[in-house]
Amino acid sequence: MVEEKQSPFLKYLREDRLPHIFCPGCGNGMVMNAFFKALEGTDIDFDNIAMVSGIGCSSRIPGYVKCDSLHTTHGRALPFATGLKVGNPDLDVIVFTGDGDGASIGGNHLIHAARRNINLTVICVNNNIYGMTGGQISPTSPKGSYATTAPYGSKDVPFNLSELVVAAGASYVARWTSTNPLQLVNSIKKGLNTNGFAFIEVVTQCPTYYGRKNKMKTATSMFEYLKENSINKRKADKMTPEEIEDKIIIGEFINRQEPEFTDNVQKLDEETSKKPYKKRTAYEEL
Amino acid sequence: MSEEYFLLGNEACAKGAIYAGCRFFAGYPITPSTEIAEALARELPKVDGAFVQMEDEIASAGALVGASWSGAKSMTATSGPGISLMQENIGYAFITETPIVIINVQRGSPSTGQPTMSSQSDMMQVRWGSHGDYEPIALAPSSVQEFFDFTIEAFNLAEKYRCPVFVMSDEAVGHMREKMSIPNDINVQTRQMPEESPEDYLPFKAPENGTPKMPAFGDGYNVAITGLTHDEKGYPDTNNPKTHSQLVKRLCDKILKNRENIVSFKEEDCDDADLIVITYGSPYRSAKTAVNQAREEGLKVGSLKINTPWPFPDEELEKIAKQADDLLVLEQNLGQMVHEVERVAKSDANVHLFGKIGGELHKPDEILTKIKEIKGV
Repeated sequence: MVEEKQSPFLKYLREDRLPHIFCPGCGNGMVMNAFFKALEGTDIDFDNIAMVSGIGCSSRIPGYVKCDSLHTTHGRALPFATGLKVGNPDLDVIVFTGDGDGASIGGNHLIHAARRNINLTVICVNNNIYGMTGGQISPTSPKGSYATTAPYGSKDVPFNLSELVVAAGASYVARWTSTNPLQLVNSIKKGLNTNGFAFIEVVTQCPTYYGRKNKMKTATSMFEYLKENSINKRKADKMTPEEIEDKIIIGEFINRQEPEFTDNVQKLDEETSKKPYKKRTAYEEL
Repeated sequence: MSEEYFLLGNEACAKGAIYAGCRFFAGYPITPSTEIAEALARELPKVDGAFVQMEDEIASAGALVGASWSGAKSMTATSGPGISLMQENIGYAFITETPIVIINVQRGSPSTGQPTMSSQSDMMQVRWGSHGDYEPIALAPSSVQEFFDFTIEAFNLAEKYRCPVFVMSDEAVGHMREKMSIPNDINVQTRQMPEESPEDYLPFKAPENGTPKMPAFGDGYNVAITGLTHDEKGYPDTNNPKTHSQLVKRLCDKILKNRENIVSFKEEDCDDADLIVITYGSPYRSAKTAVNQAREEGLKVGSLKINTPWPFPDEELEKIAKQADDLLVLEQNLGQMVHEVERVAKSDANVHLFGKIGGELHKPDEILTKIKEIKGV
């Protein structure tokens, strides 16, 4: 008998909700692991975090975490998170989203949240496919990849999500794959410590749908694919567009300090009311 | 002593929101509601509130729900096209029992329609617009004073019953300037924190009145909120017919079983009336003049003004339908609330509709002519 080893992060989970709904070999567990490890590396108090998500496989992550969480409508996690963070700027708000939720139906909210540079840490689990609905093509699916709604291979050009969020004005952006757990932990940590919009894209394996449709039926074969097709950003910057076409560029895309949205709201309040900021509350008469 | 003002309807609404304790506004510019956003962009920072102009109305409705769970009272203001976009997140607010206030300054529709003209074309949109079974609360102001009063009442009802509440204004009331006063004693409903400790608290276990108490995020209750069908813990339980039916029935019942505490109407000259003019919102103004004129001419005509189209005041309607021969419904649409009147009145009275679209209000003499036509005089 092999001794059962308990995850050191079980204490953060709602054990009464287990087992979870994720497929064997899914990347969500690895991203959760990286998230908890990163969180422990910051000064953030676990009791002060609130998690927000939309609809999709990765959006189910917050519901398993023993914290306040909003599992919202498809694509709208960022507007809900914006209201939550502006309403109470003292909360540490973390958003889990995916390529369908964040880049397709929620694409407009993504660029606007980045433009505002609101202090949210967004972890985008990009598995290049719609998993929850059974394997449809997504706006990040590589050109030529197969899905139930792209039976002849996708002809569309995928979004370069991290570049998009940099261009929209975020303070911190990084992209890794699930085969770079250490770098991922480090970037989530940096994102959590950023006073501004932090976007960490994780390209993950979905053996159940992406893999099965694209001749990589196991998680390990998908790892191989992710590893072979990743190029570090420093190296990629020196390569021609043809050389990096269809490659996953990994690394840090931006790390800059810019004015933050809720700080500006608070500053405006103090300047206009000429009094120190008072908490917004529905629980007392104001 | 109360304070008196000469105000634009939309400005009175914004003022009411501040008095009610609203400290978060998210919205998107849309005629004819924009002055509400403009006034709150100016006034909210003075009271430590936050104004956020969102990228669209879908985002606005989402931000309201997020802000509400942060512990702040939140509101948006929009018009028909904006309501159309908000519908999915409004449904989310219903199933998650999130108090939010939505001001709808109605304009001519469908589609982009008549942005600067008055209408009441969204009455059924707010009743049935989001998918699923739910019971909305909607208030319809007919004056600048009522736009102020009903905005405060909307916040109070949202807190009391933990649900979205609509204020169904229209372009006429929104863009009208009138004298209004702010009383000294304004009743403000505050949110109630759960009495149980976080360990004992079940976020969706309702007490007898049907509405559970609501903590804010960060208070230590660690609530899991989802738009999926959920059990008393808030955990998804989507394949159990019993869980779904219990949840959705409770959400409807908490409004329906409190109908008599929510509904509000104004009855005038109804006691001996054989014809009663039924209105909500702007048309009441002309109806009142027409009813007075009819009375002067010796006709037994009364007026019932419905302040809360939703939930519909069934009991009151049943009463007057039994008493009067004819009910004349005035609406700035081609017939929406008239279906509710017909549903309740059944065969107890003849129901007539005078629906007017295009943006012009009903004129008192038009109403009087209609009254005489029905009465055959």
